[in-house]
Amino acid sequence: MSEQAVLTGEHFMTGDEAAAEGGLAAGCRFFGGYPITPATEVTEVMAKRLPGVGGVFIQMEDEMASMNTLLGAAWGGMKSMTSTSGPGFSLMMENLGLGIITETPCVLVNVQRGGPSTGLPTLVGQQDMMQAKWGSHGDYEIIALAPSSPQEAFDFTIHAFNFSEQYRLPVLLMMDESVGHMFEKVVIPKAEDIKLVPRRITKDKPADYLPFKPDDDLVPPMIEFGEGYRVHITGLTHDEKGYPVINAEAQQPLVRRLCEKITKNADKIYMYDERELDDAEVVVISYGITARIAQQVVNECRAEGKKVGHLRLITCWPFPEPIVRKLADRIKGFVVPEINLGQMSLEVERVAGRGIPTICVPNAGGEVHNPEDIHAVIREVLK
Amino acid sequence: MTDYEFCAGHDLYGHMACPGCGEKILLRHVLDVLGPETIIVCPAGCGAVTDGIFPHSIAPVPFLHVPFGATASAAAGIRAGLDMSGREEVTVLAWAGDGATFDIGMGPLSAIAERNENILYCCYDNEAYMNTGVQRSSATPVGSWTTTTPRGHLKTEPKKNIGAIMAAHRIPYFATCSPAFLDDLKMKVTRAGKMKGMRFLHLFSPCPPGWKSDPRDGITLSRLAVECNIFPLYEILDGEKYRLTHRSQGLPVAEYLHKQGRFRYLSDTEKKIIQTDADQFYGLLVSRQDREKNR
Repeated sequence: MSEQAVLTGEHFMTGDEAAAEGGLAAGCRFFGGYPITPATEVTEVMAKRLPGVGGVFIQMEDEMASMNTLLGAAWGGMKSMTSTSGPGFSLMMENLGLGIITETPCVLVNVQRGGPSTGLPTLVGQQDMMQAKWGSHGDYEIIALAPSSPQEAFDFTIHAFNFSEQYRLPVLLMMDESVGHMFEKVVIPKAEDIKLVPRRITKDKPADYLPFKPDDDLVPPMIEFGEGYRVHITGLTHDEKGYPVINAEAQQPLVRRLCEKITKNADKIYMYDERELDDAEVVVISYGITARIAQQVVNECRAEGKKVGHLRLITCWPFPEPIVRKLADRIKGFVVPEINLGQMSLEVERVAGRGIPTICVPNAGGEVHNPEDIHAVIREVLK
Repeated sequence: MTDYEFCAGHDLYGHMACPGCGEKILLRHVLDVLGPETIIVCPAGCGAVTDGIFPHSIAPVPFLHVPFGATASAAAGIRAGLDMSGREEVTVLAWAGDGATFDIGMGPLSAIAERNENILYCCYDNEAYMNTGVQRSSATPVGSWTTTTPRGHLKTEPKKNIGAIMAAHRIPYFATCSPAFLDDLKMKVTRAGKMKGMRFLHLFSPCPPGWKSDPRDGITLSRLAVECNIFPLYEILDGEKYRLTHRSQGLPVAEYLHKQGRFRYLSDTEKKIIQTDADQFYGLLVSRQDREKNR
């Protein structure tokens, strides 16, 4: 170990590079990666940096392998991370589910590009937002954060690691190509000022330890392989002992707890940014790069005297239902621009109900919104 | 004049590849031999993006672009479809880079080899993930710089021996080809084209941006790779019968290495190891060939 893990100071870097530095600052010391535009730079930074800080970088043979090696590394005691984009994200889905059911902490960065399939490798999209929630088979809850700047790519990668350790699951950083490739100032704090959540290691002795017996917050403490605990970790439905139990009696409480450890702690997880909501008649809900265009539109509306506010989602999952529900009770409508043909807008609509309009400003990808397109929809709702 | 004749006979269409790209030369000559009754299956990679954008295409035949690991399986599907409709004479040409072949596509490749599918699989090997900006693959040679084997952490593992892997599947035909030896290449493509079952051609494909070499040196490097025993020209029949198709001059590997920036961080010791490996590999091929002769 000869290099600094936390590059305290001011930098000029891309969102991709910032996510990698965020991972290192969060204590990530294992990265299993595979090249894919526009996420390759995360991998390249980790290849260069990890050996110097006592970590391990492996370039894997494909994305299925990347996701699996993260899970292995986590059980080997490491904080682990990977990055990918659409096609690789799709390949990771089965193994994301393995991470969910085995309650394995790790972080997956998805720098979204235009899809479906190979789509637009070098151009922006926000089309994997529903896949993040529903892409792996079976019922599960997930935590997914969307940065709007390289600074947030750094900050939110640290949050992602903290959530993954706190709630024991893979956490997704749902970046987009524009933020990933954008150069901006990134301030990296001193290492001692970065708050890190340590792994929840059990205090039980090996003889008493039940690997999937949850604490009060529904999250079970973990062990690391090789510390003398005899454990069986499986993708099959299991009981508190961890051994496979293939029946409804085991399935019901396990799957419910896997979901409820997120839904019942959601108030502690929600992150969002409220701008000028107090007197707003129309609220724009956005995230990622789109939030920057949306904020410009909101500023213009305010300058024209229109009562428009902005709710920027940071945690897209869990979706911050309470604030949306509260706003829905008193505003005229929601406007949801996103670089897809309507994904998070479906969630807004579900929570807001049919009493007020929720209008998506769709964009199939390849470029960010024209502010005027968002403006036009706001004018329509204000009529 | 058909589209095929038009494109094959003219340089008008060009392509979107970098100057000095080996892959485009190889594709052109392979298609020259195979003719218009060919269907290309190509995964993500340089081959897909540099040949796909109209009108910059040198492939005047149907072209199916599939996900990164999907080449072999998609080719098997096309084969089944053609066979069922009585088009057995049409060649299914899988055209994939080293990442798509040696890494992500290895499982499906092994599967079509094991089933002895009637497919001609060509791997254009530029020895790294070049389309995403030079990341190592398991075809990257030992000691090579890439962005994921940066200075100080150069690749320490030798290149995967794809010939031995294919031979272990006992496929009817495996051969290595170089754009510097076009007669040899055309002989092998002709031979492979006339055979049935799984055929694999391993094509040496210079990449100036990835190798940090002069674009004009592509053919020189291809020739040196053969003459320095880095990339010997040989074929394997039925997984057993080895035959060298070009007697190498056995030049020192340094002549090949020093023309490429990707090898600039090699120490003398590492160069010696590469020399020894090259000599041993060529010696192994000679002994396999002789063993066959003496049977």
